[in-house]
Amino acid sequence: MSLQSPIGRVRGLGSAKEGVHHWWSQRVTALVLIPLSLWFIYSLVVVTGADYATVVDWLANPLNAVLMLLFIISLYYHAALGLQVVIEDYIDSEWQKIACLILVKFLALLAGISAAIAVLKVYLGL
Amino acid sequence: MAEFTLPKNSKVKPGKTFENAEGATNKKTFRVYRWEPDSGENPRLDSYEINLDNCGPMVLDAIIYIKNEIDSTLTFRRSCREGICGSCAMNIGGTNTLACTTAISEYKGDVAIYPLPHMPVIKDLVPDLTHFYAQYASIKPWMQTQTAPPPDAETLQSKEERAELDGLYECILCACCSTSCPSYWWNSDRYLGPAILLQAYRWIADSRDEFTGERLDDLEDPFRLYRCHTIMNCTNACPKGLNPAKAIAEIKKLMLSRTL
Repeated sequence: MSLQSPIGRVRGLGSAKEGVHHWWSQRVTALVLIPLSLWFIYSLVVVTGADYATVVDWLANPLNAVLMLLFIISLYYHAALGLQVVIEDYIDSEWQKIACLILVKFLALLAGISAAIAVLKVYLGL
Repeated sequence: MAEFTLPKNSKVKPGKTFENAEGATNKKTFRVYRWEPDSGENPRLDSYEINLDNCGPMVLDAIIYIKNEIDSTLTFRRSCREGICGSCAMNIGGTNTLACTTAISEYKGDVAIYPLPHMPVIKDLVPDLTHFYAQYASIKPWMQTQTAPPPDAETLQSKEERAELDGLYECILCACCSTSCPSYWWNSDRYLGPAILLQAYRWIADSRDEFTGERLDDLEDPFRLYRCHTIMNCTNACPKGLNPAKAIAEIKKLMLSRTL
């Protein structure tokens, strides 16, 4: 039971003084992903059916490598931001929410960094 | 997780049927949500068949007719019966609206009437708006200035500055928008909801108010403001034809413009 006043409950811990960056980043990455996704789909069509050496050659091209890295970074950043919103919306329990947020951000980093390293490995010819 | 189904003791059961339109040709059935806190029973849906020739044209007229002529235990809020007090906000035919400005003729078949969604119910069609009003009070809905107000004159505003408040000042705080918003359903403990954010913007947009920065500070929060995902149910529901979604977008734009 709580005898706290309704307004005391609403004022709560005060405002977090953040959220602008998250909101803006989500929108900017969404915009950036439109041309990058089109390029990615186009690239998939181009390299589909090609042999390993051709694909490696294609990815070793600086333009393709840079665009691929940009695509990977924006994609996983955007995905992490979006999933964060979904988790905050629907998960009530505080510890489950925090656990899910950490897990999602970790998985996004894991997948993003792995993909980026793969591209760099090919680009640098290692 | 957010609750997507009603708890067991809130499941709506079939209720009683009242027929009050024998021999009438112009009749209509209203299915009304009923719940008494003292009975310990689940909510139920009572049916009232009424002769529309004996009753006024609006849904509120039908509800008042039911209370006066058929079942005096039916509880609801109403006051002005002309869309300016916001008391008779309820969910009619699946949409939040004011019973007093909604014509019965807008509905084909039976008319289902429920209290505003996802709010605690006090009795029948009366929701508990304590939290909603506390959220309204929290945004300090009054003029705040550093300049002392002139003792013998009004604080002036140009016509253009006054026009900024059009589409905002008309809000009657009926809560139709906030209670139609899924984000408000899941997170109303922290999210202020469309009605309160529109009111907050009403003071942010007021050229006479000098505390715009502090107002934005108080709203800058992942939950208070940014639970709005532009679902637009608010704008769809508003019985006054206002656009809370646009007001929220304006707040977000101001938030951004002070960081860029």
